[in-house]
Amino acid sequence: MTTITKEQPTPAQAPDGGPLLQASGVIMRFGGLTAVRDVDLTVNSGEIVGLIGPNGAGKTTFFNCLTGLYVPTEGTVSYRGEILPPKPHLVTQAGVARTFQNIRLFSNMTVLENVLVGRHTRTREGLLSALIRGPRYHKAEARSRERAMEILEFIGLADKADHLSRNLPYGEQRKLEIARALASEPGLLLLDEPTAGMNPQETRATEELVFAIRDQGIAVLVIEHDMRFIFNLCDRVAVLVQGEKLVEGTSDIVQQDERVIAAYLGEPFEGAPADEGDAAVEQAEAGFGAEAEAEAGAGTRAEAGADAGIAADDAGEEQENDR
Amino acid sequence: MTDIPVAAAETAAVTTAKPSARRIAPFVPLPLTAARAVTLIGVVATIAATFMSWTYTTDFPGDLTVTGYPGGLQVLTLVSGILTGLFALGAFGLKGLRWLAPNHSHNAVLLLALGTFATTWYTVIAIAQELGGLANLDPGGFVAAVGTLVLLIGALALPIHRHPQEDPNAEYFELGRLSTVPVAVAGYKWLRELRPHHTDLPVPDPTRLPGWVQRLIITLAAAVGLEVLTYGLATGYTEIFLGFLIVVVFAIWALSASGLLRQFSGLTAAHRSFANTMGFLAALAYPFAQNDEHYANLGVNILIFGTVALGLNIVVGLTGLLDLGYVAFLGVGAYAAALVSGSPFSIWSGVQFPFWAAALTGMAASLVFGVLIGAPTLRLRGDYLAIVTLGFGEIFRIVVNSLDGVSGPKVTNGPNGISQIPDLSIFGYNLGDSHDVGSVTLGRFANYYLLMLLITVIVVLIFTRAADSRIGRSWVAIREDETAATAMGINGFRVKLIAFALGASLAGLAGTVSAHVTYNVVPSPYQFAGAAPPNSAFLLAAVVLGGMGTVSGPILGAALLYLIPEKLGFLQRYELFAFGLALVLIMRFRPEGIIPNRRRQLEFHEDETLVPGKRPLGDDTVPVSSAGA
Repeated sequence: MTTITKEQPTPAQAPDGGPLLQASGVIMRFGGLTAVRDVDLTVNSGEIVGLIGPNGAGKTTFFNCLTGLYVPTEGTVSYRGEILPPKPHLVTQAGVARTFQNIRLFSNMTVLENVLVGRHTRTREGLLSALIRGPRYHKAEARSRERAMEILEFIGLADKADHLSRNLPYGEQRKLEIARALASEPGLLLLDEPTAGMNPQETRATEELVFAIRDQGIAVLVIEHDMRFIFNLCDRVAVLVQGEKLVEGTSDIVQQDERVIAAYLGEPFEGAPADEGDAAVEQAEAGFGAEAEAEAGAGTRAEAGADAGIAADDAGEEQENDR
Repeated sequence: MTDIPVAAAETAAVTTAKPSARRIAPFVPLPLTAARAVTLIGVVATIAATFMSWTYTTDFPGDLTVTGYPGGLQVLTLVSGILTGLFALGAFGLKGLRWLAPNHSHNAVLLLALGTFATTWYTVIAIAQELGGLANLDPGGFVAAVGTLVLLIGALALPIHRHPQEDPNAEYFELGRLSTVPVAVAGYKWLRELRPHHTDLPVPDPTRLPGWVQRLIITLAAAVGLEVLTYGLATGYTEIFLGFLIVVVFAIWALSASGLLRQFSGLTAAHRSFANTMGFLAALAYPFAQNDEHYANLGVNILIFGTVALGLNIVVGLTGLLDLGYVAFLGVGAYAAALVSGSPFSIWSGVQFPFWAAALTGMAASLVFGVLIGAPTLRLRGDYLAIVTLGFGEIFRIVVNSLDGVSGPKVTNGPNGISQIPDLSIFGYNLGDSHDVGSVTLGRFANYYLLMLLITVIVVLIFTRAADSRIGRSWVAIREDETAATAMGINGFRVKLIAFALGASLAGLAGTVSAHVTYNVVPSPYQFAGAAPPNSAFLLAAVVLGGMGTVSGPILGAALLYLIPEKLGFLQRYELFAFGLALVLIMRFRPEGIIPNRRRQLEFHEDETLVPGKRPLGDDTVPVSSAGA
């Protein structure tokens, strides 16, 4: 547990279970803007699934729909066959944990306390039991601490358990966010850009961490901009462009798909309007020539971000979050 | 051989180039032995002066005319002078006193000398000003003034650990437009470098002492704390209270500067429960340590105010919900207790609950109100919640004012309130009567003080146990980041409602006692802001000033906010202005409050062991100063 030694995945470690998370027909509209348009996605147990797409493609919005931060306009999300209620705490309770694109730790709490907060759904002790402090309370508290320290060992932060989380370096804050999510004993972990702002070494370490998490039997759904990271890691990759799922499949299929290349490298098709993203969305919403138009719009938008494979400019997604 | 000078030159270059290096320099250039001599001469002169007569008449409060026996403010000068002498001898390395300066710095001597100087000169100036001229000073007064001046000069000439030299290219953006004016920048930089600096000096670990010595030290500290507290509460006139404040502030600052305070917090952390017990015993001994009912009354009111502030601390300090109408819950508890107290003015005048039932009634009433107010409003965040609670606080007062049988149903008698509330009787022990315990007579207020102390201990227990548990962690998580907290599985609304309801019921509990202590309840004290506690603004100020999220912080804050208007009568019209100013200054220079939260402390002292700020009332050892230095 203490050391993470995981080699490259072999094809033999392909999906080994039934569907864990099933999102079907998820649509998210903000007023006139449709950020996520009829997306289906399945994550099987034991799988690492990647979600990529240009900035503003709706990846984080889709994540927020999955975890109950947003109530999808249409569509359902089910976990282990049961429909998830659109309340974040109930989603976590059900077994879906997440991290955030822009780190959201409890910065004035210690590292250990952060992880203990993650244990919230797996413990029952209420106010009364905290006031009375019976033997059951002590047992549960000791168990929580033990488990939290195990997770910190696993993630490699055990020696910093008493530090304030705000004082950790950036890479360790990212790790701590993952540790906190793991503490809720999830069956599925959603990682929103876990390597944003990391150097290649740290990225590789994160890669190994994700494999180690998968080996514990936790399925992972990860948003990332770092293509090498994604293609090394994922059993399947889904591409989201302009709120729509363009392609889904293994790394090879996705890498060779022309539409994906177009979306990232930004080759405008003939007659593509050089307009703003919103106009493209509305056009697409109106429903004519759905795919080609959407690609074209995405192509023009992705031009600037085409080489942003590693360090993503968060502006688009931030905007989405604020809505 | 040749490379040694090079290396030396290199290290020299490094030290001069490093602006953050520790700096030891006196403020006044004198040889060290001369400085020490001058300091000790000043100490001797100061102590001698307190045995002389300072003024001709007894018109100045405290009778400073007696030769051979210090009185009033002279006692303060004497104590401060003796302390300065002891700390100076310790810092100079006198065998047997070295433990007074565990970090081997002279900073504590300078601070104590400053305190001695300030309180003595304040006295001398007050004599001259109140009696009309320097002619009213006896030679003793002049000796004292000159002696403390000499002492101060000597202390200023001692080598002081000062703030490190600043980077010559540092830019001071906080100066705003002035940061482009070289003179202003130079002056500001000079002022910054003047500051003494001692927080990072190493001190020996006190826990290497034998266990019984450690316990003895804690016991002595509790006793001294009680003595100081009793003296301060019993100060009879404004001048002596001001002098007391000056001496205490500088003494605590000096304790912190010498490193003793840090050693002491190490001790209390090692013997937590023992320290808590001693603190409790000291608080318990308070009514036995003085025989004037008035001061026991002060004690009761401070405890009531402090308990309510602790309840508010759950809501504001732990959960981060800004509640501007909190005093209303105190009012609900007080009115509920008054209605079932058997008072002839209550609508149920025949009903007289025993105390435990009345306390539960008050708590339950506040709890119900807390849930009623919380359920719709806690879905709001930040400013909205503050506005709604502010509105609720005012609604409570206005409604209680109107339930007088004219504007509404007759429940509370409107502005006349419910009076003639009988005294409590617990197990046949009537709290209204005086009782003899041994040779000490416990009066009515002393009885209530003891009852209230018991309640305070219960509330402290509730607070610490709740704060250090699953629910407490979820409160703090919500304060830090509500979105992330809900994503971690915390039901934000439910957890916030629990905090709100718990805070409300603790205030209600304090309210039940306060109704009996004051004999009557009227609507007027339960307002948002006023010149005297309790009101919502003062409660909030007590929490913020004392230190959010700590136990001793709000109690200390409440004590200060209660005592200062009580003791400094002359402020009266300027009281709110002075509070506003004090709040602004504290928020600017010590935003974490007088007693910083353990988490805030960690922020500054990453590698130290956790030093919990958890001590009940009674021990006065409060790290007042380190950031102000």
